[in-house]
Amino acid sequence: MSAPVLYDVQGPRARRRVLIASIAGGLVLLLVLGLAARRLAANGQFDYAKYEPFLTEPQLYQRLWDGLKNTLIAAGYAMVLAAVLGVLLAFGRLSHRRWIRLPAVAVIEFFRAVPLLLLIFALFLAWPQVTHTDLPALWALVLALTLYNGAVIAEIVRAGVLSVPKGQTEAAYAIGLGRGQTLRLVLLPQAVRVMLPALISQLVVLLKDTSLGFVIGYAELLRTGGQLVQFLRNPLQLYLAVAVIYIVINSALSALAGYVEGRQRRTSGRTPVAPTQVETGMGAL
Amino acid sequence: MNDVLDNLDVFLRGFRTTVSLTLLAAIGALILGTLIAAMRVSPVPPLRWAGATYVRLVRNTPLTVVFFLVVFGLPEVDVKLSFFRFALLALTVYTAAFVAEAVRSGINSVPAGQAEASRSIGMTFSQTLRLVVLPQAFANIVPPLASVFIALLKNTSIASAFFIFEGIQAMNQLIQKFGDSVLPIIAATAVGYLVLALLSAFLFGLLERAVSAGR
Repeated sequence: MSAPVLYDVQGPRARRRVLIASIAGGLVLLLVLGLAARRLAANGQFDYAKYEPFLTEPQLYQRLWDGLKNTLIAAGYAMVLAAVLGVLLAFGRLSHRRWIRLPAVAVIEFFRAVPLLLLIFALFLAWPQVTHTDLPALWALVLALTLYNGAVIAEIVRAGVLSVPKGQTEAAYAIGLGRGQTLRLVLLPQAVRVMLPALISQLVVLLKDTSLGFVIGYAELLRTGGQLVQFLRNPLQLYLAVAVIYIVINSALSALAGYVEGRQRRTSGRTPVAPTQVETGMGAL
Repeated sequence: MNDVLDNLDVFLRGFRTTVSLTLLAAIGALILGTLIAAMRVSPVPPLRWAGATYVRLVRNTPLTVVFFLVVFGLPEVDVKLSFFRFALLALTVYTAAFVAEAVRSGINSVPAGQAEASRSIGMTFSQTLRLVVLPQAFANIVPPLASVFIALLKNTSIASAFFIFEGIQAMNQLIQKFGDSVLPIIAATAVGYLVLALLSAFLFGLLERAVSAGR
């Protein structure tokens, strides 16, 4: 966390300058917030009517809770399925056989390069045509999330497996294990430890992406918020409330990832797979 | 298949908007993100705090929620822009947080001796940052920035749900018109995004080689 210090230890004069800059910077920030507040007040956004539903409508919390449950259900299914797919794809990419490795690479790169929204629409619109059965919105969303996150997790798993010291593989071969056994019994269990922070961070991305379910009518948290706005007429307040729910959950997950990463660094001395890389790069090609 | 070939102009029109959204939002996010990163490493506590708060809040909010807040929230306070500008604003605000993180990691990767040397010849904080640290930081962060901007390219697709005619919206419109060719139309759209993503990856690769050759 500690940045290389771009400024010296401060003497009395520098401290005074920083103090002046702090006050000036603080005032500018307050000014910005104040202007925003004035704008909000001028447009009646602080009126009691805009907040009344939050105090008087138990229904509102019930609906938001239902929405949140749907969000968590979709995220839960998708995370489990994506983990399975991710491990399979990673093993495919690590395979020594070219006819397994190349398709795995193609699948991983394809699903990382294509927008998630396209995958959602593709499943939702094309599935009924191809199979002549309906695909519920939940499963269109879950499958799309699985394909995309599976590809991302495959890369995390691969990085994790490659980070296990080479001696482990050699030792496994020496006692007569095959390539698949080595991966499954020796490398993967050790890689999981290293991968954990990155996997938790990916869960944040996945949870955020469930909000795309609204385009196909899946009643997750955001869509529920939208429905409430239809008759409560307070979009700013409600969408902010929805944002706060996401921020609370995701901050907790991010903090957990940070904690696990820190513990990992202390106990094993091995650098975990960088979560930030994966977090930002929804498709590092 | 013919439905795709006959309507290439629709795709082109859509993807042109995808590209312009990506480029304009990338420029905006690069400027805003660098500013926030500079705030986060500055000696002034309120600015550090503001930068860190921005990144934390935005990174944990889904882009879709940002879009809802911008498109349906801002008109409530009498901010009325075209949908294109709303989309641009949402994408810029969101992507800036990730750019800021990348830039900050780049600043951290510059050896401390560089900042020490510039201080010892009497440079101020802003001179150190502008003239010595940031130029080296940017050379180090071409790969992470590339993945941020490729993510941005894909994220522009969310604008399709907010009245913007871009790649995905072109796809949806064609699907409505030519219901029999759903698969070819989706495949063509996927190819469009693949081409754009590969092209950006290639260009960033060139950029990376160029900046590393300069050192």
